[in-house]
Parts: sequence; C-alpha cells; structure tokens
Amino acid sequence: MKMRTSLSNAAKAAATIAALGLALTACASNEAPAATSTTDTTTASVTATVPALSGTLNAGGSTAQTAAQDAWRAGFQAANAGVTVNYDPVGSGAGRTGFASGSYVVIGTDDAFSATELSSTTFTLCATSDIVEVPAYISPVAVAFNLPGITSLILDANTAASLLSGKIKTWNDPAIAALNPGVTLPSTAVTPVFRSDKSGTTGNVTDYLSKAAPSVWTYGMVENWPTDLTGDAANGTQGVVAAITGAAGTVGYVDFSQTTGLGVASLINAGSPVAPNAAGATKTLSASTPQTGRSATDLAYDVNRTPSDPTAYPMIMVSYEVACAQYKDPANAALAKAYMSYVVSTEGQTAAAGNAGSAPLSSDATVASAVATAVAAIS
Amino acid sequence: MSIAIALPTSGAEAVHTARRHVGDRVWKSVTWAAGITTILILGGVVAFLVIDGAPALSGTADTLPSHVSNIWRLTSPLLFGSAWSSAWALLFATPVGIGFALFVTQVAPRRLGTVLGSAIDLLAAVPSVVYGLWGLFVVAPVAARVYAWLSAHLGWIPLFSGTPSATGRTVLTASLVLAIMVLPMVATLSREVISLVPKTNIEAALALGSTRWQAIRLAVLPQAKSGIVAGALLALGRALGETMAVAMVLSPSLKISIGLINSQNPGTVAAFIAQNFPDASGLQINALLWLGLMLFVLTFVINSTARAVIRRQKV
Repeated sequence: MKMRTSLSNAAKAAATIAALGLALTACASNEAPAATSTTDTTTASVTATVPALSGTLNAGGSTAQTAAQDAWRAGFQAANAGVTVNYDPVGSGAGRTGFASGSYVVIGTDDAFSATELSSTTFTLCATSDIVEVPAYISPVAVAFNLPGITSLILDANTAASLLSGKIKTWNDPAIAALNPGVTLPSTAVTPVFRSDKSGTTGNVTDYLSKAAPSVWTYGMVENWPTDLTGDAANGTQGVVAAITGAAGTVGYVDFSQTTGLGVASLINAGSPVAPNAAGATKTLSASTPQTGRSATDLAYDVNRTPSDPTAYPMIMVSYEVACAQYKDPANAALAKAYMSYVVSTEGQTAAAGNAGSAPLSSDATVASAVATAVAAIS
Repeated sequence: MSIAIALPTSGAEAVHTARRHVGDRVWKSVTWAAGITTILILGGVVAFLVIDGAPALSGTADTLPSHVSNIWRLTSPLLFGSAWSSAWALLFATPVGIGFALFVTQVAPRRLGTVLGSAIDLLAAVPSVVYGLWGLFVVAPVAARVYAWLSAHLGWIPLFSGTPSATGRTVLTASLVLAIMVLPMVATLSREVISLVPKTNIEAALALGSTRWQAIRLAVLPQAKSGIVAGALLALGRALGETMAVAMVLSPSLKISIGLINSQNPGTVAAFIAQNFPDASGLQINALLWLGLMLFVLTFVINSTARAVIRRQKV
C-alpha cells in the first residue's frame, strides 16, 4: 500500500512537471505518444496545483456575444468556484471605452480596436500599450426571406446585394430565376428588412457586400444601414426576424442561429453554393489574414470575403475578445488569462456553439492555434 | 426658542396658535424645499444636456451617427418624426378620452361608470414593451392589409400615397399604439375634472330647456376645459418621449415625409437615442445627448404655448 501511494505521488509529480513543461513550450502536442497519454491527467493536476483562482472578473461589451458569454461564464465558474465573472452587454463601443478607462478587465467587441484608437488610447489597467485581441465568436449570418412554399434559394453576392438594397423589385426577377432553375418564383414585391439600430451584424454584412459585390453595393462597410435605401427598418435581431416572419416577400439578414422557420439562402462562393454553416464560417476566417502593422498578440482580421475554398461561407460575423498583454495587477492577469484561455478552448467554443449557435474556432487548427498562442501571452 | 418663551405666558389659545405657527413654518419650508429640488434637478439635467450635447454641433460625416453631414440632418427629421407621430396619437386619443369621460360621468349608470373607470386605469399599468410586442405581432400584420386597401383606393390623398408597407410597421401603426398608451391619461384627467363640475350647473342648464348635449356643451365642457387640456399635454409628453413601443413598432428612417403608410417613416428622437446608444462612442454620444436636449426644448415649447393659449382664452 505504502509503496503504491508513494509511486502514484511520484507519477503525479512527474505529470505535473510534464504539464508545466507543456504549458511553457506551448506546442508540445506532436511529441512522443507517452506525452500525449499524460495530457488528460495534466489538465486535472494543473488546476489542482496552481493556487485556486478567486476574485471577480468584470467584463462587458458586445451585445451579440451575450448568449456566448452566458455559456462561458457558467462553464468557467463551474470549474473555478471562487471566481465570479460579470458580463455587462453594454454594446461594443461602450465596451471599448470601458476597457480603456479600466471599468472592464476584458471585453467582447464586434469591431477590433482601430489603428487610430490604439495609437491614441491609454489602457488604464495595462502595463504596456500592447493588447491581446483574438476572434472568439464567429457566427454565420444568413440572408433570410419569407416566400410561402420556398425554404431555400441560391443567390450570388450581386443578387443578394440587389435584393437587400431594393434594386430587385419582384421575386420572379430574371437574376434570381437564372440561379434557381426549377423553382417557381412568385411575382411578390421584394421588401428588404434591415436593422434600425447600429449593429456589428450590419457592419459585417455590408463588409461582405462591398467586397464580394462591389459593382452593386456602393455604400461601403457601414454599421448603420444606408439611409437612402428603401425597405423596412427593424429593431435588433428579433425585430428583423419578426418583420420577416410577418410579411411575405421580405428579405433580410440575421444571425443564422435565429432563422428557424424562415427561408435561408445559400450564397455562391468560389463558384458553388454554400448554405450558412459553422464549419464553412471558420474556413472563411482560416482563409483570412490578421491585419498588418499590429502587435503579435493583436489578431484583428481582415476577413477574406471571397475565399477560394468552395466550402467556405463568406458572410460571417467575427467578434473579438480583448485583454491587456500585460496587466499592472497580477490578480487581473491571472483571472483574465484563465478566462480567455477557457473562452478560446475547445470546451468553451463548444459551449458557445451550443448556447449561441456560433462556429467553434477549434474546427480550424490554424486559427485555433494562433488564437491560443496570443492568449497564452497574457501576463 | 421663541415658542418656549411664548408657551408659559399666553394660555391655551396661544398654545394652539403657536402650534399652528410651527406647522405652518414646517409646511412652508417643506414645500419650498420640494419646489427648489425640482428646479435644481431640472436645471441639472438641462446643464448636463447642454454641456455634453454642444460638442455635437461641430460633428462631421465621419463622427456623427448614421454618417450624416451635420447634426441638423439628424435633428430635423427626428424632431419632425416625434411631433408627427405624437400629433396623430393625440388626435386619436383626445376625442375618445373626452367621450369616455363624458360617458362615464354623465351618461352611464353609476355602477358601470365605476367599473369602466378602473378598467381604463389598467391600460396605464401595462408596460410599454408589452404595447410594443402587441403592436409588432398583432396590430402591424392587420394594418398592412388595411394599408394596401387605403393605397389602392385612397392613394390620391398625399397621406396615403406611395408604396404601402408590406409589414405594416408605419407611423400610423405607431401612432395607434401610442394613442392607446396615452388614452388613460386623457380619459382619467377628463373624468376627474368633469366630475368636479357642480351638479347644480347642469341642472340649471337642463331647467332652462337645454338638451342633454347642450347642457354638456354649455355647462360641463367650459368648466372642465383646463383640466382636459392638462390631460392632453401630459399625454403629449408621454407620446413624445415614448421609446420602447416606437422602437419596436416603427420602421424608421431619416426622411421627412408625411406619408402614413410607407416603410420609410421619420424616426423619433427617443427611439433613435435608444437604438444608437449601445454601440455609440466618442462624438456620437454627444450627438445623442444633443437630440435629447432638442426633444426637451420641443416639449417645453409645445407645453408653454398650449398653456398660454388656454390662459388667454380664460380672460
């Protein structure tokens, strides 16, 4: 008995050392099979050996992330009983202001900090001017419509832009008919439905339209739908869903997870139609590159709206998590690092996918490892 | 101190007077404090709006919400939208409210009047977000069909011209929802002032040979007028400031148009602020506060004009 105990203690210690080694090198997963077999025990013993986290982490920002943040907070607090995480869905702009002034230790934001914002802002809680900014909430946005009897259509970027901007007046327009042979299209008038509030979803949709259909969509990337376009303006995602549900002939854009009961369009990318889906969304991010001129931990992406992969779904919304690269207060650093690590982990991403219908980062190894490396740099 | 000296010398009656004196003074200072507090709070709000709103005057297309070229491009359509939707709401609510008050106090049997009176008070207790949901899911789809008919048959009237909204989320729908929200204010205040009109006045009118309607017109309405106007002003204030229901029901734009049944309606100040604040930053926040100040000014102007008109008529 005694022997066995001390043996297992020794094994634990070895595992712990191995775990620390893993964490330090941060990329040892392709080592000998023996190392892989210890991975399960290591995760458990790391949690046990590191002094238990405690305290309160104040986070806030993007309203779009609310459901995902709920899942993350629940999962993180279940694993760390001493920690309270607050998420204040005040909106992305207010979140960024709050991060600069020190009200929030970490934030979620639909727009990455712009280069101008970064150069002109002092982050109160950070020891340096570097921030860790990673995409953590990726969600396919769907072109949804209401045509009785039709549940799916195929659209290309130009047709989608013409529909949403009101340039196509009726549903039996030759442009739509040409893409959908065999579908009997009604002569119903087209009513575009868009967001009346300022929204990151609108920003991502108009970014897609301006890059994939530049000849039709001439309004650029905007977060307030252009005021000179005709159509029906509705408040929030649920307002758009209600407006589309309520009238035949409507077409709008909503988060894919909210399209139950509505017709959903497949968008033609690289020559083939792709229905909105989680894996396709992550592929688009995988085909994108982080903006240049930023620090190594600032992964603000220029989303590639015309990826060459024919299974990538290009109309996606990318929302970020932001933390300091180095905190003045080590307590903040420990909490922020642990929380962010959980958020971008396979477990956290799966939890968000279950609760918010987002696309897990982990389905693409390139993006997932870049994000994990950036988060590991928090100190 | 003076009370303590007065007490032993002046007997029972003096005690009584002194107590009333203390009561008077307490009462006086409490009301003064209440009055000054109200003015201070109001002044504080105005000062806040002016100080934080003024920077928006220098805003450009890059810094203002919706990329408008200057702040007046936001101010004018939104103020128009607030006034336009509230005016229609008041136009619907006031006659119904006065009619209701007259019915309850003058026509209906006493029992029924009491029941109806408390029923309309219940309308005021419904949260505005519920009115918004009701407008969005119940009123708008039905209204859309009515608007299609109006457009087909009465489209030559400017108010009904243009393409009718397919979703029914127009300024007319919003005004109808607002009208129902403000109805209790008009109805309850009117009922109160009408019930204060002395019975003898009405009886005198009837005795002089006037009909029931003539008695109401000659004896009741002139006496109750200021109370009815006060109710309507309170209702107007509520309609101008209503945010949630309008945000949910109306399809807003930044166009000034008098069309009642189109998709592109002028938005309202309150709903615009609520919809743009969460993602606003920098000068956009100043612009939203500026809009709040402008709505405040509009309400103030309307209220004082209405009161001045009433005062002149009384003299």
